[in-house]
Amino acid sequence: MTEESIRLEVARYRPGQDEEPVLVPYEVPLRPDWAVLDGLAYVKDRLDGTLSFRWSCRMGICGSCGMTVNGEPRLTCGTFLTEYGTGPVRVEPLKGFPVIRDLVVDIEDFLAKLSSVRPWLVREGEEPPLTTEYAQTPAQLDAYKQYSMCVNCMLCYSACPVYVLDPDFLGPAAIALAQRYNLDSRDMDDRFDVLGHEDAVWGCTFVGECTNACPKHVDPAEAIQRYKLTAALRSVLPWSRR
Amino acid sequence: MTGAYVPRRDRLWFTRSRRYALFVLRELTSVFVAWAVAYLLLMIAALAGGGYDGFVALARQPWMIAVNGVALAATGFHALTFLNLAPKATVVRLDGWRVPAWMIQGGNHSAWLLVSAILAYVVLRSP
Ligand code: SF4
Ligand code: FES
Repeated sequence: MTEESIRLEVARYRPGQDEEPVLVPYEVPLRPDWAVLDGLAYVKDRLDGTLSFRWSCRMGICGSCGMTVNGEPRLTCGTFLTEYGTGPVRVEPLKGFPVIRDLVVDIEDFLAKLSSVRPWLVREGEEPPLTTEYAQTPAQLDAYKQYSMCVNCMLCYSACPVYVLDPDFLGPAAIALAQRYNLDSRDMDDRFDVLGHEDAVWGCTFVGECTNACPKHVDPAEAIQRYKLTAALRSVLPWSRR
Repeated sequence: MTGAYVPRRDRLWFTRSRRYALFVLRELTSVFVAWAVAYLLLMIAALAGGGYDGFVALARQPWMIAVNGVALAATGFHALTFLNLAPKATVVRLDGWRVPAWMIQGGNHSAWLLVSAILAYVVLRSP
């Protein structure tokens, strides 16, 4: 019995060779337990070793395998070929980012944005011994836990038309990360200087697609809208903090 | 970065998915929300400053009725989608229990209906 196959149309961009990405078709086996990422690995192993793409964990944890699959931002290790019937399946790099090669995008800007929100616990006016513990109740943990589930896959940026049109926008994951700390009972900052302006929360027009794209149910749209409320209150009541 | 491909700006981005198109529609309906406010102000001005008959004559024009028909639909759509989004900005926790989105949404819609009913009563009751 011959094995069923499915066609992948993979965007190839080889700097110095291609002016812009071109779709190249590859036939790969259609197996029920194969994700799009397995299809790409098959291409690389058997058909064309020059294909470049990022991946690591193959279990939705490392966040490195995000690509545009049939127009939608997806983690390719968690997106199964069988979802697409008889195909073809179009695999392109994440929208909104410069393409370095094939399916590999430049993530420098994203990383800079993540670190710009002071993603650590900010404490003021104390020099506690290193052994100090800061206990939290389950309710205090719950207040921010959802925002701590982010795997930095950038799918939310790719889904966000504001970011794609204006790369200066701080973007969903960075704001959700800021909220992860803002809402932590051990943190003393509110990050208003980074979050409370036009390229940050006020740049968001609430399309809501970041939340739809997020594979980890972080709900960045919620994080942003909540901060808009915080920022508005803080502007009216300058002494108030979150 | 040398050699990186930077895609051209996609000016038709909102046609690329149904959800983007719906979003743009929601944003565009705010024009009609503004129109509804302007119309109400015009009416109040006419009531206060005389000239109410002229306003009524204008309001009876078929094109005005058509515009206001569209405005009613658009503001309805705007209000509905706006209230549906509200739970995202208001996370309510009661003693550790997070009030689910549908309750906040339902509360909003109920309040909206109530206010509309009161207004309708005030406006429509026979003098
Ligand atoms: S918020 Fe969700 S979609 Fe955005 S980077 Fe984090 S895990 Fe990915
Ligand atoms: S390979 Fe790690 S998330 Fe897909």
